[in-house]
Amino acid sequence: MSLMKDLTNGIYKENPVFKLALGMCPFLAVTTSVENALGMGAAATFVLIASNFLVSLFRNLIPSKVRIPCYIVIIATFVTLVDMVMHAYLPALHKSLGIFIPLIVVNCIILGRAEGFANRHPVLNSIADGIGMGVGFTMAMVVLATFRELLGNGTWLNMNVLGSAFRNQPLLIAILAPGAFILLSFIMGFFKILETRKGGRQ
Amino acid sequence: MNATALLSMLLAAPSSGNQGFDLGKMMAIIIAAIFVNNFVLSRFLGICPFIGVSKQLDSAIGMGAAVVFVMTLATLGSWSVYNMLLVPLNLGYLRTIAFILIIASLVQLVEMILQKFSPSLYRALGIFLPLITTNCAILGVAVLNIDEKYSLGYSLVNAIAAGIGFTLALVLMAGLRQRLELANVPPALRGKPMAFLIAGIMSIAFLGFAGLGS
Repeated sequence: MSLMKDLTNGIYKENPVFKLALGMCPFLAVTTSVENALGMGAAATFVLIASNFLVSLFRNLIPSKVRIPCYIVIIATFVTLVDMVMHAYLPALHKSLGIFIPLIVVNCIILGRAEGFANRHPVLNSIADGIGMGVGFTMAMVVLATFRELLGNGTWLNMNVLGSAFRNQPLLIAILAPGAFILLSFIMGFFKILETRKGGRQ
Repeated sequence: MNATALLSMLLAAPSSGNQGFDLGKMMAIIIAAIFVNNFVLSRFLGICPFIGVSKQLDSAIGMGAAVVFVMTLATLGSWSVYNMLLVPLNLGYLRTIAFILIIASLVQLVEMILQKFSPSLYRALGIFLPLITTNCAILGVAVLNIDEKYSLGYSLVNAIAAGIGFTLALVLMAGLRQRLELANVPPALRGKPMAFLIAGIMSIAFLGFAGLGS
């Protein structure tokens, strides 16, 4: 049962973005469209699962003094893998995500889970945690990207939703940099209201 | 060799063809990195320290100084390793791993040197240094310099300007947040949501620089 708990933990209860405010840079930068958000989410999820797996596997072998450099090398290896695979098979997505693919290395969610979870838990639980956190991160990005793409372009996953009249005069700012900050602030505020309604249990 | 000759040699360093010493291009890089494509407000790099360390003006200035310092050194290290070691050996794909290791070891080194030789500076910057390893602005500027195929001179200029841009955003934010302590913010927006809202408004202001220097 605890496996299930580790899996769902990252999706809502400890959602890395909305609850822990980790991984903000890629979160704000790539949410200009749902497509980018899904691509980034898939890449980050893969790296999270793979690095959690390896860190957990070697948790008794890595000396604790040099553990952070070891984790960084493990993470960087998988990021390089993702970078190369994406470059070969999804060149358009690779181009629109740009430098944020190599920057997955310094995404605090991944190092945070390696340090905070995988080095103290067995392999299966760590994989479950990686999946949960990855899905939570992806979902958070899709939520913000939905707002930004709908308001800024009138589409959702490149499908025309709000009609061509809106598309000719979209709320352009939502897709520009300020839109990301402002919409994120409102979403976080919304979560805060939800929590106080629940009686402020957390 | 005198200083000017050395400077022009640096600015015309290899790897990128015919980039000579060009003051116009240098100014364009500086303006772009500080204002038009401000690292924090338009490229979204270094958001974590931007939100985390912007509660007080003093620590914002300390963090900014540490970032400028490490960014410059990291660019020097990463550019040299990439163009003098990885490219000749055909190992360009090791870029990400190499850069993050350079940055991590550089931060350690700077920390140790500062601790030994300048304890006062260490006390001022010390707590910020470990945080810098995972600051994506540092790795970001190193990768950007390679992607843009800048020569060493331009890379260093870009790194310093990017650091100044980061510091500018951080210091402005700290000033605003200090005033915010006295303001009556709706409960739902208190704390981080308000910080992001302010960042959004600052980002709108920085949009006004678009087109400058191009």
